[in-house]
Amino acid sequence: MTDVGFSATRRLILQGAGAVALVGLGNLPFGLTPALAANDKYPEAAFKAKSEADAIKALYGKTAEPSDKVKMDAPEIAENGAVVPISVTTTLADVTSISFLVSENPVALVASYKIPAGTLPNVANRIKMARTSNVIVVVEAGGKLYSANKEVKVTVGGCGG
Amino acid sequence: MKLRSAIYLASAALAFAALTLASTLPSGASDKVDPVADAKAFQKFFTDKFPKVKFEDFVNGPYSMNEDLYRQWQEKEQFPPYEFSLEMGKEMFSKPFKSGKSYEDCFPNKGIGIRQNYPYFDEKEGKVITLELALNRCREANGEPPFSYVKDEMAALTAYMAFTSRGKPMDIKIPNDPRALAAYENGKEYFYTRRGQLNFSCATCHVQSPGERIRAEILAPALGIVNAMPIYRSEWSGMGTTSRRFTTCNSQIRGVPMNPQDDEYRNVEYYLSYVSNGLPISGPGARP
Amino acid sequence: MASSIRVRATASGETTEVQALIQHPMDSGFIKDAKGEIIPAHFIQQLTFEYDGKNVFTADWGGGVSKDPYVKFAFKGGKKGDELKVSWVDNKGATDTTTAKIQ
Repeated sequence: MTDVGFSATRRLILQGAGAVALVGLGNLPFGLTPALAANDKYPEAAFKAKSEADAIKALYGKTAEPSDKVKMDAPEIAENGAVVPISVTTTLADVTSISFLVSENPVALVASYKIPAGTLPNVANRIKMARTSNVIVVVEAGGKLYSANKEVKVTVGGCGG
Repeated sequence: MKLRSAIYLASAALAFAALTLASTLPSGASDKVDPVADAKAFQKFFTDKFPKVKFEDFVNGPYSMNEDLYRQWQEKEQFPPYEFSLEMGKEMFSKPFKSGKSYEDCFPNKGIGIRQNYPYFDEKEGKVITLELALNRCREANGEPPFSYVKDEMAALTAYMAFTSRGKPMDIKIPNDPRALAAYENGKEYFYTRRGQLNFSCATCHVQSPGERIRAEILAPALGIVNAMPIYRSEWSGMGTTSRRFTTCNSQIRGVPMNPQDDEYRNVEYYLSYVSNGLPISGPGARP
Repeated sequence: MASSIRVRATASGETTEVQALIQHPMDSGFIKDAKGEIIPAHFIQQLTFEYDGKNVFTADWGGGVSKDPYVKFAFKGGKKGDELKVSWVDNKGATDTTTAKIQ
């Protein structure tokens, strides 16, 4: 194939930053967990937050600790940043909420799910990613916050665009 | 420095221009057109190149070439984004024309489960008829304006018709008629001819480099490539026809696209469909 | 079906798996059109699922959810023939609702 000199910028996009978002350290004292049934309001403020730390604070009022009990399924390289399938499952007990954030999106919080008692702590959805970014999943279980994250690469569409 | 590189570029451009004029047919091309042998060789080329890919999976394009892409596709296929286009196609297909007739009156078996027979060579007219062309002819015969070959309506209609044929093997016939053989051969020649500023032929990407990347995208193998049509592309955020894909591909290699459903487009569809005979219809397909 | 909501709910043993696909542009408000003008934000904010009069799942969405949004979850209970009510409201105040039968 004729070498048409693919631009260096495209290569940079493919490399990806790989920065892991720091989502909080240590255990926090068992605090108040608003009863889900009483709190079915749309979290307006959280959806206005720019950073994922601010969004998590607005949503839950606490910070999350990484947990290997939160299992994320996300692609290595998104087929297209417009529709990236991401799912999460967890073995943690008493899950009341699951949220998805993308650090490099203009609004970090993408989706937040309320899990009433009797609903399984598994969610699959399709999200938009503006560029290569860390995707963070936060699970609220037993009043505490746990997280997992994975870098998903997003490339520019090819074929002479 | 600049003058030297300018001269270099100019002579390179002249060389490319010379190459473009010569059509590159596979070696061993004899005077006799032998589609049966072509199809066999075509299929063997791909199955040899990708021994781990199941024969029927070639119709899944880039998804058959890359594990990560395959998984994302499988997840979306549980409840695909093209669901709405497919529904629209079904509704459109059942709605009668002003004349009182409907699409089912234009097609064998009421238009259900027949997609794998297109394109076909019409011996009366002496030309290749594609499904898109047949649909617009049906509309015009019933006093309805034709649909654009590159927009949503034609995509939705062909998506529905493809859906009713899912799983059926592609079954293209070349009648024993020199005009049919000529159309087939014309399609084959188009497929292997370089064009555009990037000087690519269809084969450059889809025969020489399937599974490899062009910039960030994984290339699909030519085998089974039309079996998935029409396709819901993530890039288009919507369903697009074969015509749309042919014309945009021409633009993307910095060539001048022909008009949708021009002779050569219909002939290359005929060629590509014939050499993919036996592979299942997977349309409407999803693609990046 | 005139509704924008498509539901596939399947009861299997003690749980019901629910998949929903909704026809909605989910414009984030960050993308410009061909003329270079911002396409205004237009996305579903809240999507709720009700079974037997009780909420079994709520999705709070922003513009970062894909166009024609999809979600899958599962809840304990539900049997074939039962009904599941699905409703959404978007940032423009538009709503839609549908009732689906569990298969």
